Amino acid sequence: MSTNATSARAKLSLPVSERDHIIGPEDAPVTLVEYGDYECPYCGAAHLIVKEVQKVMGNSLRFVFRHFPLTQIHPHAEVAAEAAESAGAQNRFWEMHDLLYANQQLLDPAHLVGFAEELTLDTVKFARELRDHVHHEHVREDFTSGVRSGVNGTPAFFINGFRYDGSWQFGPLLKALEDGSVDANAI
Amino acid sequence: MVERTENENPNCGSALKAETTAPDFTLSSGPDEKVSLSDFRGRPVILAFYPADWSPVCGDQMALYNEVLPEFKRFNAELLGVSVDGVWCHQAYREHRNLHFRLLSDFEPKGEVARTYGVYRHGEGVTERALFVIDGEGRIAWSYVSPIEVNPGADGILNALESLSGKEVANVDKRNKRESQTKSASL
Repeated sequence: MSTNATSARAKLSLPVSERDHIIGPEDAPVTLVEYGDYECPYCGAAHLIVKEVQKVMGNSLRFVFRHFPLTQIHPHAEVAAEAAESAGAQNRFWEMHDLLYANQQLLDPAHLVGFAEELTLDTVKFARELRDHVHHEHVREDFTSGVRSGVNGTPAFFINGFRYDGSWQFGPLLKALEDGSVDANAI
Repeated sequence: MVERTENENPNCGSALKAETTAPDFTLSSGPDEKVSLSDFRGRPVILAFYPADWSPVCGDQMALYNEVLPEFKRFNAELLGVSVDGVWCHQAYREHRNLHFRLLSDFEPKGEVARTYGVYRHGEGVTERALFVIDGEGRIAWSYVSPIEVNPGADGILNALESLSGKEVANVDKRNKRESQTKSASL
């Protein structure tokens, strides 16, 4: 066992499937998977960049978001992730995702219910799901899949199943994705 | 990884490898507590040497391991963080980051345990960012030295623990098989 799992380019351990939240066509040449935490300021910054990249790439990009809450340093990260899942159960995951990143300082349960109201969700169901941690398992599964894929902090990105360790500023990220797209076309 | 000259780091590449006995040690894990490696005999131990407390938060190795503790516990493994920081520094760091595992002070004589494990950086007076997974009999099952600026994540540790528990299951199976053979022979 002298090999080290971390020196090779880390691979996504859990393939993208219907369990995931996905934007973009299934046959897009590039898939970008992000592991993120709603209370992490770097993830907040990366969120805006991903949006820009999505605008530029359109249907040639499939974007997937998975939760990686660092709950001991970000006390609201877990409940925020569960809130996104609860909105997802009412088919409004991405709207909630955007609201959470736009309000990173306001992720306590009272504000989360306010966001649910803003999205005209069934707030009784939403609040009950948060209280009962109905979506905890899904969040934990995301987290564990990240750990097994070598995620060591947030945000972490995977392009076509391989970890992207470069800069996630707009230019470098877009280039890496476009290169990923070229690779996929070449296969 | 960038190659270092011998003068810069005479220990580079000399970290103890798998299949060697893990040298026992006793270190302070708080103002009033000392622990020895041998205290944990019978269970796997993860020794995580890291250069210093108080590195930036979102990509922080100890914050990540704090979140992965439930996974380590599944293997009944004990995680011990080790750096050359003193007990009061460790105490403040643990409290600030809500860390739920022990941090050991390799403080006096400075870095003695790190030297024994071949992971002390002489020029800088800190330890490497190095991981050792030690089996229940005190033998190193896996070791890995990360580039010092790179958080190695937890996937390598989990793979090693998984492989160890696989071996244990295999050993128990063998033993059971032997016992049942002995029994049937004596019948």
